[in-house]
Amino acid sequence: MKLRVYLTFNEQNVTEPVIWKLARKFDVVTNIRTAEVKDHMGLVGLELDGDDDVVEAAVAWLKEQGVHVDPIEQGIIEG
Amino acid sequence: MSIVRALKCRECGHEYPIEPVHVCEFCFGPLEVVYDYDKLKGRLTRELIESRPQTMWRYKELLPIDGEPTVGAQNGFTPLVRARNLEKVLGVSELYIKNDSVCYPTLSFKDRVVSVALSKAVEFGFKTVACASTGNLAGSVAANAAAAGLESYVFIPHDLEQGKVLGAGIFGTRIIGIKGKYDDVNRLCSEVAGKYGWAFVNVNVRPFYAEGSKSLGYEMMEQLGWKAPKHVVVPMASGSLCTKVDKSIKEFIKLGLVEDNGTAVYGAQATGCSPISRSVKDGTDLIQPVHADTIAKSLAIGNPADGFYANRVIRESGGWAEDVSDQEVVDAMKLLAETEGIFAETAGGVTLGCAKKLIESGKLPRDESIVLCITGNGLKTQEAVADAIDKPRIIEASLKEFDVLAAEDKAALAA
Repeated sequence: MKLRVYLTFNEQNVTEPVIWKLARKFDVVTNIRTAEVKDHMGLVGLELDGDDDVVEAAVAWLKEQGVHVDPIEQGIIEG
Repeated sequence: MSIVRALKCRECGHEYPIEPVHVCEFCFGPLEVVYDYDKLKGRLTRELIESRPQTMWRYKELLPIDGEPTVGAQNGFTPLVRARNLEKVLGVSELYIKNDSVCYPTLSFKDRVVSVALSKAVEFGFKTVACASTGNLAGSVAANAAAAGLESYVFIPHDLEQGKVLGAGIFGTRIIGIKGKYDDVNRLCSEVAGKYGWAFVNVNVRPFYAEGSKSLGYEMMEQLGWKAPKHVVVPMASGSLCTKVDKSIKEFIKLGLVEDNGTAVYGAQATGCSPISRSVKDGTDLIQPVHADTIAKSLAIGNPADGFYANRVIRESGGWAEDVSDQEVVDAMKLLAETEGIFAETAGGVTLGCAKKLIESGKLPRDESIVLCITGNGLKTQEAVADAIDKPRIIEASLKEFDVLAAEDKAALAA
């Protein structure tokens, strides 16, 4: 599947090569579509393409690294 | 006559035809409806608007539908109240409440956005509509869909309070409770929206849905006597309302319906979920997601989709953002009720509470016109103030007993 997500990096992980590690660890095609990186945080629009279970595992691993993962719609649940 | 030109990416400017799509395929930026305003020049006049029924659709040329609305034709046109009692308490000279706590049919401003979204959904040929919500949006989608004869699905966290489930369930919608943390529920909703051929109001028809908020701004200006206020305070969840009120003012100026009054837009959040307010105060345009923890549930979006754009509107218009504690929310709800007879939901307490702080800090001037946008009804969030109101004094059915109480009250008033 192709999954489109926004990754938000915090001050601790914004300087880490997280997407490079992800591509080495999982058999997924990573495609950065937008990115903005500052000292204390970063925002990356990323497409992940691969088998469903591999993409799921990749997302779970990103969360373990302290990266906030959201669908590209961000907060869908409204009051 | 429709003057809608296209959907346009807010980031890269790429344009798309009018279809149920919401993100740019190139850069993932959100899509927005853009119009050919020149086609309306001289045609949409104050007189024409005033001759139409008092609903949000009197500005239909500026809403993204073709022809007449098929859903929510009665919605909108809520009162703009001159808040003279509140003016005295806050020490300001010209204060108004735009009171969407009485918006038809489900008592929140969501009836505006939903009627546009569902009218557009009907145009696109959808038979089923859906949303993910913990309150006002769920009720509005369910009610407006029922009235329009559309099937509807409402996705909620599985442990949502019974009262809120009832607010949607009564309309015969299909309610799905989802187990899991907020982020998991959120992601499932995104996947459902992508997989099923439904009109998911704040996903694939979001560009049209969001435009409905502009009607609140149009009404505010017409009701002020075709004038934009100097200052407007807006509650922020996704941040969309903030950007659309600003857009409504710019459109009216462009069309010559009001003069440019240099309106400053102010955003209000609860401290327990204040990613946009925080970004404004920190002087950054990057929004740091938060886990929401506030009684103002209708504003509890931790990663707001329009946060960046709301931040920009606030800063470019010369406004500011503020946030208030839950106790300040309750105090402001009581203040609004006791001074103006308006029972707003917690989001209304956030708006007034923030306005009060902005006035006290000098960010909001005391001698210029201010409009506060109240977006939902207090009957929906009664639990927030249940402990804050006086309990009834119980007496026997005896005039003598009542005379004692009345005398006490008289003495207290005189003191």
